[in-house]
Amino acid sequence: MIKRLTKSFLILFLLLIIAITFGLIKGAVNIPLADLLIKNNQPIFNLRLLRVIAAILVGSGLAVSGIALQAILRNPLAVPYLLGTSSGAGLAAVIAVIMGVSRMYTPLAAFLGAGLSIIIVYSLGRERGVISDKSLILSGVIVSVAFSSIIVFLVSVFGNEAMHEMNWWLWGSLQVFDHKLIALVAFPVLLGIGVIYFFAQDLNAISMGEEDAAHLGVDTQNIKKILIFFTALITASLISICGIIGFVGLIVPHMMRLLVGPNHKVLIPVTCLAACIFMVICDLISRTLFPPLEIPIGVITAIIGAPVFIILLKKGKRI
Amino acid sequence: MGILLKIKNLYGGYRKKDIIRGLSFEVNEGDFFVIIGPNGSGKTTLFRLATRVLKIKSGNIIYKGTDILHMRLKEFCSRVAFVSGDISAGFPITVMEFVLMGRIPHLKRLQFETKKDIEIAQEKLILADALHLKDKCIDELSAGERQRVVIARALAQEPELLFLDEPTSHLDIGHQVQILDLLKRLNKKNNLTIVMILHDLNLASAYSNRIALLDKGVIFKEGGPEEVLTYQNIEAVYKTLVLVNSNPLNGKPNVVLVPGEKQS
Repeated sequence: MIKRLTKSFLILFLLLIIAITFGLIKGAVNIPLADLLIKNNQPIFNLRLLRVIAAILVGSGLAVSGIALQAILRNPLAVPYLLGTSSGAGLAAVIAVIMGVSRMYTPLAAFLGAGLSIIIVYSLGRERGVISDKSLILSGVIVSVAFSSIIVFLVSVFGNEAMHEMNWWLWGSLQVFDHKLIALVAFPVLLGIGVIYFFAQDLNAISMGEEDAAHLGVDTQNIKKILIFFTALITASLISICGIIGFVGLIVPHMMRLLVGPNHKVLIPVTCLAACIFMVICDLISRTLFPPLEIPIGVITAIIGAPVFIILLKKGKRI
Repeated sequence: MGILLKIKNLYGGYRKKDIIRGLSFEVNEGDFFVIIGPNGSGKTTLFRLATRVLKIKSGNIIYKGTDILHMRLKEFCSRVAFVSGDISAGFPITVMEFVLMGRIPHLKRLQFETKKDIEIAQEKLILADALHLKDKCIDELSAGERQRVVIARALAQEPELLFLDEPTSHLDIGHQVQILDLLKRLNKKNNLTIVMILHDLNLASAYSNRIALLDKGVIFKEGGPEEVLTYQNIEAVYKTLVLVNSNPLNGKPNVVLVPGEKQS
């Protein structure tokens, strides 16, 4: 098994490097690989590099969070945004814009909004100190709907500016100009991925059922708390700079589950790499399809993701 | 034969209501111990307390001289395994992967299963007569096959004590006997101590060496099949008229139900 794993790893790694190379040389202007590091091209190179890094962070972070939530909630439809982070972040960002807070602080507002909504969902979903999957999902949905309606309300009252912010939010963007911001986000995202992988074996057991996992010596309640915290941290960090990017967290884990099976020890690293490739390519398409216009990244992930998913689903293998 | 499990004055249950109310009994090494009792008498709750799924409110459960709450959960699960009546897999995994999960209590974090773990899993699949299923998907199995696989996983934990909660509840008579024969074999040959909930009083009588009859969260009667399975005990607890005669095969008590309405 380990041999097979190394092989698929190498292949994915190679693909990722190819994708990154294309991500760097292609764009509104194509720059040959050899000229990429020439001084004149330095600004373009830097911008593209930031985008590629953002794509990698978003892909790996969201896909791994998706895996963790799908396992602990035992729900194949669980996505990183299930627990209300997206609407919380969106609401906070829209409020910040309306209040005229400097653009610089929008990510901070979004992060706080996402964190706040997780706290609300988590405390609603807890019953006597025990987290129940169903009430967690339900409160996530309720909080999302409530916050989204407030967003729409604010947009209809305050008009254009808020509208622009909301649109950007709903479809996501990998356009991050600030390398410090990326570094700031990279830390919690990478930490979170590491922590989730650390619990890979427990995720295997928990996905069989909570009580069953307990009989295998897995401390389910505490592990669930830890994992919910870290998926929330990853999602909130990413959402604060990139908005909502759908489908990665759902589709890549399922595609990889079909390819390598549901063992999380294999599934997590493979999905992590595959999601990076997927996002780098999606970003590339969003920039190069109608240059200099840029198609929102969420549109691309959905357009590519949905049909691929349907094909896999219809191929007969179960998810 | 020493005492393996000792339950002392146990209280526990859900929220504010105690289901188990001051229950005590002992299981000896090598026992085939069957727990019977009406629905709601606390059998499953007792198991959930004894396997550390539910919190114990008061009293102790002592395993080989150590309070189970003082053992690390993984260590506990490498000595005591549990088999439930029905397992549903969240994701479609193969039988082999499922049985390998039984090695979790023996593995360190991030440690992959070694050759030895795979050998153990295979060995247990052979013991449970399920090796031919190893590459099948867990949700393609019939109820009888699935139960054997679940037992194989519990065996992969290499336990000394096996709890089973109605392992034959979904099975036809042929498969019921097959599973119980398997457990008897493990009990005799592999010296595995078994504590099992059963609804069928005659199966309990035929296979066990000791029976505990539970009623309203306490032990109503505990002892050998002949002592427990008397018509007086059964009527008192189940509120049902029965006739107890002797099983022509082995001389053990045989419980015959008496229909309430006279049949014409």
